[in-house]
Amino acid sequence: MHLILQGVRQAFELLIKGDAATYDIALRSLEVAAAALAIALVVGVPLGGALALSRFPGRRFLVVLVNTGMGAPPVAVGLIVALFLWRTGPLGGLNIIYTVRAMIIAQVLIALPIVIGLTLAAMQQLDEGLRLQILALGAGRWRLFILLLREARVPLLAAVMAAFGAVISEVGAVMMVGGNIEGQTQVLTTAIMQDTSMGDFAAALALVVILLLLAFSTNYAMTLIQQRGQKAT
Amino acid sequence: MRCRFLLLGSRWRLRATAGALFTGAAVALALGAAVLFAGGCGSNAAGQRPVPNEKQLILASTTSVRDSGLMDNVVLPAFKARYPGITVKPIYVGTGQALEMAKSGNADVAIVHSPPDELALLATGQLTLRLPFAYNYFTIVGPSGDPAGVRGSPSAAVAFKKIAAYGRRTGKVAFVSRGDQSGTNKKELSLWTSAGVTLTADDDRWYIKSGQGMLETLQIAAQKNAYTLTDMATWLKNGSSVAPLTKLLMTTQDLKNIYSVDLINQALHPSVNSAAAECLAEWLVSESGQRAIADYKVNGVALFQPFADDIPHTLLPARSESAASPVSSATPAASSSP
Repeated sequence: MHLILQGVRQAFELLIKGDAATYDIALRSLEVAAAALAIALVVGVPLGGALALSRFPGRRFLVVLVNTGMGAPPVAVGLIVALFLWRTGPLGGLNIIYTVRAMIIAQVLIALPIVIGLTLAAMQQLDEGLRLQILALGAGRWRLFILLLREARVPLLAAVMAAFGAVISEVGAVMMVGGNIEGQTQVLTTAIMQDTSMGDFAAALALVVILLLLAFSTNYAMTLIQQRGQKAT
Repeated sequence: MRCRFLLLGSRWRLRATAGALFTGAAVALALGAAVLFAGGCGSNAAGQRPVPNEKQLILASTTSVRDSGLMDNVVLPAFKARYPGITVKPIYVGTGQALEMAKSGNADVAIVHSPPDELALLATGQLTLRLPFAYNYFTIVGPSGDPAGVRGSPSAAVAFKKIAAYGRRTGKVAFVSRGDQSGTNKKELSLWTSAGVTLTADDDRWYIKSGQGMLETLQIAAQKNAYTLTDMATWLKNGSSVAPLTKLLMTTQDLKNIYSVDLINQALHPSVNSAAAECLAEWLVSESGQRAIADYKVNGVALFQPFADDIPHTLLPARSESAASPVSSATPAASSSP
């Protein structure tokens, strides 16, 4: 109990005092997660939409792949990305192992199936009649996609939140491809792991509190957007 | 910028080790060949050589030098002050993984503590130079009641023999192993060998593996009332939080824990930043580096002894040769020792 109180107190002390190292770590966490999420959304939403609206042979298999990817263990993704990015790996020449960029790549791969899968589910839930109606009113394929996206925005925001939650809390992959280098690639989750293994439980708990605050505030903001959308509809 | 003088010692060291460690060399050779082959299928096979990034130094390091604060408080700041152009990227992993990274050319330099493995890699040419720069002692810790009677043993091997006898007699959990190929785990395994204890499947009741870090392993040992082998730094920092455990045996010769900086063969892995690696190695064994290591204390306790205090030492292949080795000249004796 003493440790827990101490950790919570330390967390607020770090936040209020504006501890530079802590802010640096928290900011990097947010940066990596936001970048990964943005890329995953730009790529994943159109793919999910296309998968929802089209019918072609092998589609069902692709959907199974996406759904499997939604549950892919981050450490597996991390190991595969690391093997590719290591100097001796096929992409070693890029020289980005142990950088923030490598971490973003790994997290995009973690977030992408979640975005595709949930977009697919959100679009498929829409009434078939709506789609026919929009088409009947003379909309093109692209227009149809935009209108359906708007229609499905509530579950789509859920997809955004799920993907964000997955990447901000992820530790295995960023540890492997980022290396948890202080001041360079250390993020909240890897710093928590390190502090725990070093026996600095209060410091670890302080970072946990910060991570939870970060997750809460971003989710709170997104939920506000989501629910406002709900009322307006 | 290139720290040339270190190369003087490498050829000598290579030859001396090759003779002494024939068996280890044979095993490592097979491994090395496999690694080389795998490496050949990488970026080089595509005809594209990775662009060397001279500014960046990937350091594959054992965790204990970080956990003790030595890297963050002493080595990295001093190195940065001296070579501001080099960005050190320390990757803290177990010694086993650090040496794998060294062997495959995925690191530029390694800091590890498993002399037999390092010597084997020197013999095969995977490493070009090994420079011991600090040492301390492993410690056997266990329940304060010391049911196996470890306290006062003349050597760790004798203590391990007693622990095994106690475990086999009582069937209780007697020893918690890291089981993770870390330097500490490798040391522990070598101690079972020198104790003449062969671990079999029947020993799974008294000998358990945590597969985790030192602190987690200490916690498990404390919960199970068992013995374990720990490094000094982790113990000093956390000994009080794993209360039922007490320090039972330390500073016997076979508990010595030697940290070295290892240089990786650039001829095998062209992308390795040897120039920066040599600068780091040079600083670690330099007079100022050795003094900084000796002066580093946590709560008034020195966690590492500079290696310059300890030449010649027992783990070099031949004592007489090591006394006359070029390393002695490369490591001027630290003037201040605790």
